[in-house]
Amino acid sequence: MSTLVIAEHDNSSMNVATLNSVAAAQALGGDIDILVVGADCQAAAEQAAQVDGIGKVMVADNAAYAHSLAENVAPMIAEIAAGYSHIMATATTTAKNIMPRVAALLDVQAISDISGVVSEDTFKRPIYAGNLIATVQSSDAIKVLTVRGTAFDAAPADGGSASIEAVGSAHDSAKSSFIGEEVAESDRPELTAADIVISGGRGMGNGENFDMLYNLADKFGAAVGASRAAVDAGFVPNDMQVGQTGKIVAPDLYVAVGISGAIQHLAGMKDSKVIVAINKDEEAPIFSVADYGLVADLFVALPELDAAV
Amino acid sequence: MKVLVAVKRVVDYNVKVRPKSDMTDVDLANVKMSINPFCEIAVEEAVRLKEKGVATEIVAVSVGPQQSQEQLRTALALGADRAILVNTDETLEPLAIAKCLKAVCESESPDIILMGKQAIDGDNNQTGQMLGALTGYGQATFASELTIEGGNATVIREVDGGLQTLALPLPAIVTADLRLNEPRYASLPNIMKAKKKQLDTTTPVDLGVDIANRVTLLGVELPAERAAGIKVEDIAQLVDKLKNEAKVIS
Ligand SMILES: Cc1cc2nc3c(=O)[nH]c(=O)nc-3n(C[C@H](O)[C@H](O)[C@H](O)COP(=O)(O)OP(=O)(O)OC[C@H]3O[C@@H](n4cnc5c(N)ncnc54)[C@H](O)[C@@H]3O)c2cc1C
Ligand SMILES: Nc1ncnc2c1ncn2[C@@H]1O[C@H](COP(=O)(O)O)[C@@H](O)[C@H]1O
Repeated sequence: MSTLVIAEHDNSSMNVATLNSVAAAQALGGDIDILVVGADCQAAAEQAAQVDGIGKVMVADNAAYAHSLAENVAPMIAEIAAGYSHIMATATTTAKNIMPRVAALLDVQAISDISGVVSEDTFKRPIYAGNLIATVQSSDAIKVLTVRGTAFDAAPADGGSASIEAVGSAHDSAKSSFIGEEVAESDRPELTAADIVISGGRGMGNGENFDMLYNLADKFGAAVGASRAAVDAGFVPNDMQVGQTGKIVAPDLYVAVGISGAIQHLAGMKDSKVIVAINKDEEAPIFSVADYGLVADLFVALPELDAAV
Repeated sequence: MKVLVAVKRVVDYNVKVRPKSDMTDVDLANVKMSINPFCEIAVEEAVRLKEKGVATEIVAVSVGPQQSQEQLRTALALGADRAILVNTDETLEPLAIAKCLKAVCESESPDIILMGKQAIDGDNNQTGQMLGALTGYGQATFASELTIEGGNATVIREVDGGLQTLALPLPAIVTADLRLNEPRYASLPNIMKAKKKQLDTTTPVDLGVDIANRVTLLGVELPAERAAGIKVEDIAQLVDKLKNEAKVIS
């Protein structure tokens, strides 16, 4: 049994999300290699080589892989996959975009967002917005899996010194091309990696009022998230959406402010260790998952909280 | 330009699903079924392309049981011109569904295939990408904006870091995210008209598709319940609890 973990990276550094897949691979047992597909991605590969317990790091370094276009990266992964029993990547938008394409190239049924490893071929995964956990068994020779980051504590980033080898040919399909990107710049921790997340919903009223959450977040070293309604209303950008179809978070502390608690939102945060809800409607469903609920007008409560910490 | 739009029949998003008493699967008896919300957004986008004069024909396709005709009629009422049901009573996996859709692409030769990014039953988020691999077409998943010009699609995608813009030669596959558009409601006259629109039925066997499942569902369970929480009186008590009881802030 041997697992190939696909590194998540931005060419210049490896994203810590990769370490959740390494942890899932360790839960499975067997040998673990890491594949880095990118352009000028040597630095990311060197970080991958430091992860403890890795057999080797393979690097497919080519201009065609600069923006992780699925049409180019998927055949590259499929080419290397043949020698492995499991291919894993943490369920980021990059992996969600690429891994099913890899699976179809290999003619296997991918398993998305695994939250548990039962055995070599059997996995747990949430379905129906996390209202049920399914146990599924794969009969495919190669298991292509995406891993729910919050379900596996990150493996240590260092302690290893794996060899790095160059692999693969260039796949340049010309089926899509990169035009540009708008990357949110923030000094705050990344939403999926933060110990504390403070999220605002439609109750925040507008984008300016989110400043109250940003100020609080900076005091706590927290990340700021949002409900779909807050994103749809244009209060904040899409990359802040927490939920079934946004980001999945499980921090030590999640504070939901002016969020009603629809199942689609709960799907993204109900595995948080401690949940606080601030809502003026005492019937709001968010209180059913909150360890500490405060029925209050957020425009009164937030300044008080800000003053108290 | 011809648009193929793939729609799935799923449990309505408002339903809180329950397991069957023997815990073998989800209990779908007497549960409200609807068109998958992301597929509805895909249909709306197709209709807007037609209204802009970019698209000339919209074909809606669904793989599923006879009852999926209801969701195809919804798509027809929203503005699709005709529909195809790939009829099967088996619960197919994304790979098998993608194979069925590929066969339909071969007979229909669409210029663009619009799909949802995710079906809210299995939350797989796979079918569009798999269809991309099988057809060799380019894919733009999680789309929040689509523009078509001169045989090319320009798509803004919602990604973890923000937004990414891609250009793709047609034919291509685009999967809809939540903010691509806000679907309209079907008007009563359009619902009536939809009943008369053409709806053809075929089967995976007719399409020559191998639909054997690779993954077996061994069972389902409820997620761990959270212990009941408490209501705090005020901010002072909240801060005290977080510091001294939960110990999550200092
Ligand atoms: C296919 C699909 C996918 C979805 N995916 C997601 C997802 O990933 N993430 C997500 O979040 N949602 C998602 N949704 C949307 C979800 O169903 C809800 O509509 C959404 O979460 C509601 O956001 P909200 O709680 O901010 O808004 P509302 O439900 O409108 O709640 C606002 C809350 O603010 C409170 N409030 C208002 N003013 C104040 C005040 N002054 N002080 C205190 N409290 C106040 C109100 O009492 C209310 O409870 C999805 C829906 C669908 C159909
Ligand atoms: N049975 C089906 N029939 C038609 N389209 C489907 C079917 N299943 C999935 N799709 C399409 O693929 C998208 C993603 O589904 P999934 O990969 O299951 O999350 C859906 O939004 C549909 O557009």
